Amino acid sequence: MANLTLVQAINLALVQEMEKDDRVLILGEDVGLNGGVFRVTDGLFKRFGGDRIVDTPLAESGIIGTSIGLAMAGLRPVPEIQFEGFLGPAYDQICSHAARMRTRTRGAFTVPLTIRVPVGGGIHAPELHSDSPEAIYAHQPGLKVVMPASPYDAKGLLISAIRDPDPVIFFEPKRIYRAFREEVPEDEYTVPIGKARVVCEGDDLTIVSWGASVVQCMQAIERSSASIELIDMRTIYPFDIDAVEESVSKTGRCVIVHEAPRTCGFGAEIATQIMERCFLQLEAPVQRVAGFDTIMPYYKLENDYLPDADRIELAIQEIGAY
Amino acid sequence: MQTAIGTDHLDFSVPEPRNALTSKLGSDTTTSWLRDMMLIREFEVRTMQAYQDRKIGGFCHVYIGQEAVAVGTIAALEKKDPLVTAYRDHGHALARGMDPKYCMAEMYGRIGGCAKGKGGSMHMFDRINNLYGGHGIVGAQTPLGAGLAFGTKYIDEVIEKGRSNRVTLCFLGDGALNQGAFHEALNLAGLLELPVIYIVENNGYSMGTAIHRGTTMADSICEKARGYGIRACEIDGMDVLNVYDAMKPLVDEVRETGRPAFVDMRTYRFKGHSMSDPRKYRPREEEEVYESGDPIAKLRDTLMSQGAIDDAGFKALGKEIRLEVRDAMKWAEASPAPTPEEELYRDVYVEAWGPYTGTTEPQMIKECEGTHGQDG
Repeated sequence: MANLTLVQAINLALVQEMEKDDRVLILGEDVGLNGGVFRVTDGLFKRFGGDRIVDTPLAESGIIGTSIGLAMAGLRPVPEIQFEGFLGPAYDQICSHAARMRTRTRGAFTVPLTIRVPVGGGIHAPELHSDSPEAIYAHQPGLKVVMPASPYDAKGLLISAIRDPDPVIFFEPKRIYRAFREEVPEDEYTVPIGKARVVCEGDDLTIVSWGASVVQCMQAIERSSASIELIDMRTIYPFDIDAVEESVSKTGRCVIVHEAPRTCGFGAEIATQIMERCFLQLEAPVQRVAGFDTIMPYYKLENDYLPDADRIELAIQEIGAY
Repeated sequence: MQTAIGTDHLDFSVPEPRNALTSKLGSDTTTSWLRDMMLIREFEVRTMQAYQDRKIGGFCHVYIGQEAVAVGTIAALEKKDPLVTAYRDHGHALARGMDPKYCMAEMYGRIGGCAKGKGGSMHMFDRINNLYGGHGIVGAQTPLGAGLAFGTKYIDEVIEKGRSNRVTLCFLGDGALNQGAFHEALNLAGLLELPVIYIVENNGYSMGTAIHRGTTMADSICEKARGYGIRACEIDGMDVLNVYDAMKPLVDEVRETGRPAFVDMRTYRFKGHSMSDPRKYRPREEEEVYESGDPIAKLRDTLMSQGAIDDAGFKALGKEIRLEVRDAMKWAEASPAPTPEEELYRDVYVEAWGPYTGTTEPQMIKECEGTHGQDG
């Protein structure tokens, strides 16, 4: 075991998968010599060489399109897109090709591709460098969307993603890249895609969250006297509605917390499915604590936008008093 | 403003001597190219009728007039070489060796289609013959071509520890020259030295817009590739012998050097962009000039002058092909439609998804995979 940050855990997963499988290669802007904008691929160029750690031009459509061709040729490319806002230029390749190839070819061709993308706010960056677009990609059939909230899960989920036969968008919450450390096994292990994690158990209320917001949820829970169960979704799509149903059926109350804008955020889908599955067990309407329906603000307003422990605490009080 | 391409689209210098290689091939090979082109033509004439009879849904873009490009370029390849193209793709699928019945059934949306009737006209895929589509977004296949070439090179060199020995052909239309993805892909191909040949099937029109109206340097698009450090040449794409003659050394060179190339393949689309195109953007007189250079008639005349085929032989060939396409249509019509229970949720992900479960691979794969390896 080693005490690692989320960045180190991802780096370790990449190294181990590349050692194990020479079909795995990395492409991206400054991923090689410079080790990546957040230094996630630090040391890999020296270790694996330029044939497998490929510095690319600043051309996201080209990077993802080329990666799809690589995947169709039988390889396991792991391209990095520097910030979630830069997925925009690659959207066509992701949603017109990667997501649809298997259906379109009736299984003759698949795209085993893992796109690593730093996501979310909290690092004093402007919009396009602080957004949370997970619901956009969850809405595209054919993609899997993953977002770990801890170093342990980051390593295990990334290994699962690289080995997964379908295209996976692997969102890395940049706010917690180096925010805390956790014991991470040095041996390889996987965390299954599509399974949520119960962070702490409780009987009065369920909080459902993912990514960096899980940290804020923990802060709010520590302040509260209520018995709260916290579920970290870990995978946005396919999402583990069974875990949510089991918890909400027990507690009868649910607060969903995410950074993305509230309208059509992934919390809307979860709330609907809770209504469909747990209607008779609900003691109060499901609440959402989310980003606002606005463009992610620049850093002076960043903390006003992001859900924090105060807002989550307020929601806990309101839903408890309903 | 010039509203149509005029009649000099095919007037440019072509290096001599012409047909130096094809003259050595023997008439069996060149007659087989005539057959391939006639099959594509007949297939698409019937396709147009079936579309008008509403037996084919979706959209339909026919290749009529451009047959020499697919047949001549694919003849210069080895079977192990990957090929990827855009949505005007029936000709490439047939030239690559797909049985017309699977191609037709795909257009009919039937279970016997190459993709079980889930892709349609624009999405011809053939894993056995290394055809990687059929893609509907203009220019978006150009990075895929770079990636496929990167993939073969990586497998040959990094995994197999050998020499790169496969060449990827990536076809695109002249309209794709103005898409961002094209420029990103060419820069990557030049930068990473990928064994890919980009073949612009330059038929002079981006849908209804003449090339001069939508593209800078319309008479010398090779300069765009040269700007990315990629060698480029123009080829007369209306003469299949000439296409092969120019493509074979180019394919050999790319296989040897591993460096990319670019071809401005001059051709002409005899029909509209799609089935609903009224062709108001070009005069009938222009079409007649190019129709007089029909690549099928050209090869037929050459073969007749060489004594390789006579009038009776040509007619017999035509009849044989008509029967083959008719049988393909019958087969397609007899093939069942996909059922929602088996197919609606199938193959969204590798693991069976949703409440339904499918059962089988496409018929084409089952029938062909036993007899052909993926790498030929």
